Amino acid sequence: MFAYIIRRALQSILVMAAVAFVAFALFQYMGDPINQMVAQDATLEQRDALRKLLGLDRPFYVQFLLFLKNLLTGNFGFSFRVGTPVAQIIAERMPATLELVFVAALFALFVGVPAGVYTGLHRHGAISRFMLTVSLIGVSLPTFLIGILLILIFAVMLGWLPSFGRGQTVQLGFWSTGFLTASGLKALILPSITLGLFQTTLIMRLVRAEMLEVLRADYIKFARARGLTNRAVNFGHALKNTLVPVITIAGLQIGGLIAFAIITETVFQWPGMGFLFITSIQFVDVPIMSTYLVLVALCFVIINLIVDLLYFAVDPRLRIDRSVSAH
Amino acid sequence: MPVWHHLRDLVRRFLASDVFYSFRRSPTVMIAFGLTLLFMVAAALAPWIVPHNTYEVASLNLMDAFLPPAWVEGGKLTYLLGTDDQGRDVFSTIVLGARVSLLVGFASVFLALTMGVALGLIAGYVGGITDSIIMRVADVKLSFPAILIVLLIDGVARGLLPRDLHDKAAVYVIILAIGLSTWIQYARTVRGLTLVEKNKEYVQAARVIGLHPILIMFRHVLPNVMGPVLVIGTLGLGIAVLTESTLSFLGVGVPPTEPSLGTLIRIGNNFLFSGEWWMAIFPGLFLVILVLSVNLLGDWLRDALNPKLR
Repeated sequence: MFAYIIRRALQSILVMAAVAFVAFALFQYMGDPINQMVAQDATLEQRDALRKLLGLDRPFYVQFLLFLKNLLTGNFGFSFRVGTPVAQIIAERMPATLELVFVAALFALFVGVPAGVYTGLHRHGAISRFMLTVSLIGVSLPTFLIGILLILIFAVMLGWLPSFGRGQTVQLGFWSTGFLTASGLKALILPSITLGLFQTTLIMRLVRAEMLEVLRADYIKFARARGLTNRAVNFGHALKNTLVPVITIAGLQIGGLIAFAIITETVFQWPGMGFLFITSIQFVDVPIMSTYLVLVALCFVIINLIVDLLYFAVDPRLRIDRSVSAH
Repeated sequence: MPVWHHLRDLVRRFLASDVFYSFRRSPTVMIAFGLTLLFMVAAALAPWIVPHNTYEVASLNLMDAFLPPAWVEGGKLTYLLGTDDQGRDVFSTIVLGARVSLLVGFASVFLALTMGVALGLIAGYVGGITDSIIMRVADVKLSFPAILIVLLIDGVARGLLPRDLHDKAAVYVIILAIGLSTWIQYARTVRGLTLVEKNKEYVQAARVIGLHPILIMFRHVLPNVMGPVLVIGTLGLGIAVLTESTLSFLGVGVPPTEPSLGTLIRIGNNFLFSGEWWMAIFPGLFLVILVLSVNLLGDWLRDALNPKLR
């Protein structure tokens, strides 16, 4: 068990090093940063002096180590386009994305799990079939199209909800939140549904499949034979036993939510990190691109690691399998 | 005429096969197949069959801009689904756009398939350290969503190429990006199957008579692992078309001069608020129908080729 954790952690560090290297390569080879900094008519000597000052004349590996040191101390350089520190820009954008992802995840859980339980219990019911069909169409619709349709219906035709931006936000220290104002909450509805819909259908299908599996088990029959109420059997026994895989998958999907926030944020002009990333690609703003990349990779690696360890802790069978296959 | 006989036998065998039987039994699959075929033929012949050639700037008439679909008041019958902001016929741009989307889809699937199958075969057949390296790379890539990798590759290309050149090369950049980010699935599947096939008698026999490993891999093992690859390829086509349209919608894909379906939706999205809904909704509808048909075909193929499910 301990060896497994160490191995997994080492693997994660290796992945992060690889991502940091890619980010560093982006810095190195996408245009000469000196050209961005000096005046047009700077002489060759002036350029060389600046290069020396910034340490750009040093060997490759020294520069890479310096880059790593900068990353670890939170020094991500300056945006080519705006000229402000990247750390500051990202810190301003991060709350918007995290709030969106949080609400989308809640939406996915609180709609997906009950829908899955319902369709699992009433397999052949008309409502179940309807829900499954809708979920199939939902999976085939690309995220941005769902966003456009929601905007068309609820913002353009009905005029109930705003179609872009975060509404009014309240500044709490460094964190700007949209949770505390009515317009902020209203602005969250459409983007979080758009972002969470795919995960909702995924969780619903997963819970349904697990429920069907579990409901056939002997201990469910026994629980019914003991005369327990349907409610106690379905929720106390069946649902409880479906939750392990659901928690794992849901955890892994949070990474997906962060990645797909890029699309949702663009559709709804949501001032988050994903929107920032797309604009930085369009303007080839390398420092922002590589910082975003490193941050998202960090999120992914941490989530994967936690989920792996959780799995390990929750399911004792895995431990046995590992030790057997290791021999 | 031996060739003719051979062909007739093949058709007969196909008509009597399980796959064709399950195809004939499912109306949904037949409709999906028909629609996919229709899309492909229309896309292939697009420049010759569209009612208005929207690539020719001279034929555009700005007086006809923003016309609604023909059945809405103010619409003209020659512009069945309406016109866009530059007076381009929406139906024609959709057919031409589907051509670009499918081109990117097929090309990127071809790239991913070739790369993934080759690497999977080598990893599975050779084993050892080669296998470890290929599969570790796959593991790392698999822990990130494909869309991020595609965006990254596209961003790098943008930085390396000058702007005017990038617009011309955009389609190829996207094909490369999608191909490079989706080969893993093929590689994993093929590797797993190769590990099983490797120990069968026919491979051992081929080895005993001294055939070259490359010949064994591609001549003998490959045909036996192609079934699942075909399924992944079909489903991959739908995903590739969706990824391309997402990129184009985000504004980092195909440029507006030769728009794909995603680019059209992006353009149409700008006019959603002024009430010109048809510019975004119709390309979106065609995109969904195309992807849904391809996905249904892929699902069916998976079930039909899997003997365990019969």
